[in-house]
Amino acid sequence: MSVKQAWLILEDGMVFPGVSIGAEGKTLGEVVFHTGMTGYQEILTDPSYCGQIVCMTYPHIGNYGINEEDVESRKPWASGFIMRDLSCITSNYRSSQSLQAYLKENNIVALANIDTRALTLHLREHGAMRGAITTSDDFKAILKEVLAFPTTSDVDFVAQVTCKEPYTWPLEGTDSPSSGPHIGVMDFGVKYNILRSLHKQGARLTVFPASTSAQALLDAGCDAVFLSNGPGDPAKVSYAVETIKTLIGKLPIFGICLGHQLLGLALGGETFKLKFGHHGANHPVQDLETKKVEITSQNHNFALRLGSLPADTVEMTHVNLNDQTVEGIKHKQLPVMSLQYHPEAAPGPHDSHYLFERFFEVGFHA
Amino acid sequence: MPKRTDIKKILLIGSGPIVIGQACEFDYSGTQACKAIREEGLEVILVNSNPATIMTDPEIADKTYIEPITAEILEKIIEKEKPDALLPTLGGQTALNVTVQLDERGILKKHNVELIGASIEAIQRAENRDRFKQTMDSIGLEVPKAVYAKTHSEAKKVAKQFGFPCVIRPSFTLGGSGGGIAYNEEEFDSIVKRALELSLISQISVEESVFGWKEYELEVMRDKADNVVIICSIENLDPMGVHTGDSITVAPAQTLTDAEYQLMRDAAIKIIRAIGVETGGSNVQFCVNPTTGRLLVIEMNPRVSRSSALASKATGFPIAKIAAKLALGYTLDELPNDITSETPACFEPTIDYVVVKLPRFAFEKFPGADATLTVQMKSVGETMAIGRTFCEAFQKGARGLEIKKDGWDFGGNLPEDELRQKVSTPAAERIFYIKQALSSGISIEELHEMTGIDPWFLGQFAYLVRQEEALKAQAEQMKACIHQQVEPKIQEAGAKLLRMAKQFGFSDKQLARLWGVDESHILASRQQWDIFPHYYLVDTCAAEFEAKTPYYYSTYENPVFHIDKGPVVEPVVTKNKKPGINKVMVIGGGPNRIGQGIEFDYCCVHAAFALRELGVEVIMVNSNPETVSTDYDTSDKLYFEPVTLEDVLNIVHHEQPDGVILQFGGQTPLNLAQGLSAAGVPILGTTADNVDRAEDREKFKQLLDELGLKQPPSATALTIDEAILTARAIGYPCLVRPSYVLGGRAMEIVYTDDQLKFFAQQAFEASPGFPVLIDHFLEDAIELDVDVVGDGKNFKVGGMLEHIEEAGIHSGDSAMVLPPHTLNDDMVQEVRRIALKLGESLNIVGLMNIQFAVKDDLVYLIEVNPRASRTVPFVSKACGTPYAKVATRAMLGQSLIEQQVPEGVSLPYFAVKESVFPFTRFFGVDIQLGPEMRSTGEVMGIDENFGRAFMKSQIAAGQILPTQGTVFISVKNRDKRGIVAIAQELENLGFSIIATQGTAKVLRHYGMNVDTVKKVHEGRPNVTDLLKDGQIQLVINTPSGRLPRADEVQIRSVATAQGLPCITTLAGALASVHGIRELSKEQLTVKSIQEYHHMLSV
Repeated sequence: MSVKQAWLILEDGMVFPGVSIGAEGKTLGEVVFHTGMTGYQEILTDPSYCGQIVCMTYPHIGNYGINEEDVESRKPWASGFIMRDLSCITSNYRSSQSLQAYLKENNIVALANIDTRALTLHLREHGAMRGAITTSDDFKAILKEVLAFPTTSDVDFVAQVTCKEPYTWPLEGTDSPSSGPHIGVMDFGVKYNILRSLHKQGARLTVFPASTSAQALLDAGCDAVFLSNGPGDPAKVSYAVETIKTLIGKLPIFGICLGHQLLGLALGGETFKLKFGHHGANHPVQDLETKKVEITSQNHNFALRLGSLPADTVEMTHVNLNDQTVEGIKHKQLPVMSLQYHPEAAPGPHDSHYLFERFFEVGFHA
Repeated sequence: MPKRTDIKKILLIGSGPIVIGQACEFDYSGTQACKAIREEGLEVILVNSNPATIMTDPEIADKTYIEPITAEILEKIIEKEKPDALLPTLGGQTALNVTVQLDERGILKKHNVELIGASIEAIQRAENRDRFKQTMDSIGLEVPKAVYAKTHSEAKKVAKQFGFPCVIRPSFTLGGSGGGIAYNEEEFDSIVKRALELSLISQISVEESVFGWKEYELEVMRDKADNVVIICSIENLDPMGVHTGDSITVAPAQTLTDAEYQLMRDAAIKIIRAIGVETGGSNVQFCVNPTTGRLLVIEMNPRVSRSSALASKATGFPIAKIAAKLALGYTLDELPNDITSETPACFEPTIDYVVVKLPRFAFEKFPGADATLTVQMKSVGETMAIGRTFCEAFQKGARGLEIKKDGWDFGGNLPEDELRQKVSTPAAERIFYIKQALSSGISIEELHEMTGIDPWFLGQFAYLVRQEEALKAQAEQMKACIHQQVEPKIQEAGAKLLRMAKQFGFSDKQLARLWGVDESHILASRQQWDIFPHYYLVDTCAAEFEAKTPYYYSTYENPVFHIDKGPVVEPVVTKNKKPGINKVMVIGGGPNRIGQGIEFDYCCVHAAFALRELGVEVIMVNSNPETVSTDYDTSDKLYFEPVTLEDVLNIVHHEQPDGVILQFGGQTPLNLAQGLSAAGVPILGTTADNVDRAEDREKFKQLLDELGLKQPPSATALTIDEAILTARAIGYPCLVRPSYVLGGRAMEIVYTDDQLKFFAQQAFEASPGFPVLIDHFLEDAIELDVDVVGDGKNFKVGGMLEHIEEAGIHSGDSAMVLPPHTLNDDMVQEVRRIALKLGESLNIVGLMNIQFAVKDDLVYLIEVNPRASRTVPFVSKACGTPYAKVATRAMLGQSLIEQQVPEGVSLPYFAVKESVFPFTRFFGVDIQLGPEMRSTGEVMGIDENFGRAFMKSQIAAGQILPTQGTVFISVKNRDKRGIVAIAQELENLGFSIIATQGTAKVLRHYGMNVDTVKKVHEGRPNVTDLLKDGQIQLVINTPSGRLPRADEVQIRSVATAQGLPCITTLAGALASVHGIRELSKEQLTVKSIQEYHHMLSV
């Protein structure tokens, strides 16, 4: 295997040497780390990673290759991928392709053999920041490009990942359609497993582009609205906040991740950027009603500010036990609720699947 | 849910002696539990028969009973202590089994003792295969098809249905003992028979074979509020068919997609709930069909286990400690994660490194044993290694095993058909044959077919082979680089290659061999090019949060730099400028093996405790995941590293300690003494010169001459002929042994030229090129073990242990009693005088162990070891003085006078140390004792009366001596006179005696009523028939010589397999009769070690 030297260069001038293992060339983006030990395929195909260079903290990546089933959208979205060691062999009965072949085929620039722990420690200390993966050793020139690259809050990533036209789920031929309540999904970058989970609950799903108006959703005869996960800063998606404001009180609403942040904004709250975000599959979240703790899958850089939400109408339902951030809210009077984390998992534990049921109870049986 | 307030006093049961399948991991978990419970203000009553444990230190529990772990004894303790609750889930299978017995006998109910952690129902649902299967069915999970049988014929019917191979497992045993895989009817019959005998409830299961399937384990924890978390996933490199304890295992799982892992996680959570383990940790084993992904549940342990200890060390999550707190009523979210202290324990650790555990075997000690790895565990220890990649961790583990390999080395070159056969059979060495297989071009696919090992692991191995070849190809260039004979640019490339090699875990020694340079040149180059390991933290969270506990492993990474500021340098620890000794490194003993086990870890832990009490910073280095020494709580800093010179020197380079302690970890650290001194590392304790004077044969002889001390005559020989002449000159019997081996390897006592020839040949083979050592053997001498502690000026005898068996049996195997029970006062004083004199002459700072033999009122010196010995924990516990701590303080300059160390020896009670052997694991191996150590563990029996103390030691060791019934006696000619008194005493006690012809004749001559029974070769029915029919309750059979007759071996094997007490020495028989007499007079009573120690102070 011929190896090509490559580097990660961060906006503060730090350089992490490694080798290029994905597509040729250079990539720029916000560098974040993910602490899950499995699930790289789901992570790569999660639209929420649009614009981000993801560093996996677990050193061996690619062990079980890529398979046909574990995809979370139609293609991989991450701007770049970083790992300590690209597995020299692929072993799994479902595997149809190696990770390296997949990265190359999908034009994803990737870096291996770097000290991912040093990188993680650096990001933990200094916060998520912009960076570039490059095979050029003109570090100064690359650094200039990194500094000129737009920050996450400068870009509306949702516009890049949302569907162009509405579509129904299940995708043709994948599963039998359901006859239950009709849920309109606002696609800010929705993961397939959310759609699969809602479908499993018996919902009929139509997925709409993020810019769809409230009226259009109402006209489509939706029984409820689902606000999906997605990439970037919720402040850049103010058009959706307006849509949600209109829908509150008219339809049951359920939001996940970015959808949760947008709902919070629509309810009058504020969001802020976390230092290095939550990206992993081991975050403990407590359900404040039952006091039970669930281990959750998380992927977000922004969060709702506790106390910014009107106390008379909104209450916190879930809290992160690591840093006490808001993980779930609900409207005190209306069938409106949302979660910061990912009950659909993929990747991650299934502890929170019950929340899809709860949503159905709140939305359709209350 | 906060702590319960209705329980104040908790009974905790330990796991007893170290045996295969139950080692010091339960000391680690039990010690953590004791501390955790007492931290909450509750009282802990501890029962454990194993004196070599930290948990039985008098400070660890409130009351500590070093008593046999049987229902009878426990009832007495419960009656006396009246605990509110019993926590049975931290003492392995032993604690769980005895708890079930206590419940069955109504003892818990009668005394109102609540079970916490796991209920009887939960234990039974997990342990009884039928109920387990029903429970799995009820939650929609599959187990391998299995049918249970209580009789041989039932089992046979099932086997017909499943076909061969099939798996046989006994219900209710430890470590899968007694199970096996049958490939044909003959094997099936013998395994079934043994399994039925070994099952405590005479039940076995016959199962469909899942051989070659991928094997996994998940460590699960649950609290009262039903929060469940997974602490760690473990994937076995060896597929199903090899016991997990014998498998190379890897954490985390490597070859599962997230979807598959989550299904397994869901299953584990369902299982802990359905089994009903209310609080604490459990371990669930799964297997996965590699081609279909079908997931089956293998078993569940409703308690902490060997795997949970491994998982704790692998992740930094203290499972036993948390389990104990959960049993008290806390919930996971109420407890902090120790490592981060900011985040709660209610989370799942994620790791950013790879952990590899490798088992350590001891087949060389059991010639004749089947060395194939099966579902029955056979390994005696393990090492764990942490690296950033599998290759790095695996190579570290391979050198950490201490089997004379510097990494993944295989020097041999087998012919192809033999190689294929070796690779296809699971065995200790298979992993090394795989290396040759890969380098000789056998493909990964083919190897996968032959071994069942997942292609991912084989791929990693193939990768390593390719790397090694690439490194070797660069030998000339590297040689030039290392000798600085090239341009800077090429040097830079050389540096890069060296760093890469280190990233793959190659040791300096391996690289030196590959490149044809000296090891010191590699180190010099690493220094010049600044290629030293990074020390990364085991932090439970992949660096997401700051870690507070300093638990490190080494790794080599590509250095990071800043565009303007250049390389980012790790803060270098600067040498302490304060005068005196402020930072000390304690080197541990590595993996457990026969001859070097928990006793040495105990000493290392005590050294750490003593140093911390003195305010000295302690750095622990060890590679054994089972131990208390590798608990991050034990020292100020823990380096989980192989105990090799390179790895230790790297840490020294990083930490700059003021001194290193080597004398506590057994032979492993001692082997580093020379290298460390050469590198200028200050070694604390007895000086190297004096160590040399004790260890060098010639110098030691000289010293003894100067002191006027006697040694049995001895000499060396370089050829067989020379050996014969030497032996004749010295006089038979002689002890023959090879040079430079430990634990009595290939050591034998010979009485004739023929025997000498045979064993001298073996000795030459064991240590090729070196002379054999021949000593006159003092037959029927009394042997003594004496531990001396010194500060360089003052010396004290810690304990004087009299061996119960006569000289010639390895001191690690012999039963011993403190104080000596047959030696007269004058001799005791004489031995003591000599011991102190030796301590003085060798200027001992720390500990020293001396073995003496006393014959005809003359004292002979057998051996001196200027270091902590195996008996230190036993002596410390029996005498109430922690000698390893005393020794540590002495090394730091505190005199014995300052420490007010009392004189040992005179005790108002007897403490008997008995050894425990793994013979039931190695069926067919003769159980007779000899100069080669074969025991895995020890127990202590303590009582004011010798007979009762001895009896307790026997019960604790699993040798339940009968008080009535029939005794079978067959002794060698030399013992025929000595047996008479013993037989008469047994007759007086009401036993019937049967004997083989020769023995019977002698006994009848003395007027005894004896039945004769046939020897095995004399036809049937013979003695083995009677044994199998349960007509014999006690066997006294002394071997006729070191080349025992086949029928003797058979008698002893059958007795052992039947679980019958089998005594193989006259001395042992005498002590046993003593015990039986006492027991028939009066029942055993219990007393805590604190009470015994109190007797010393009044």
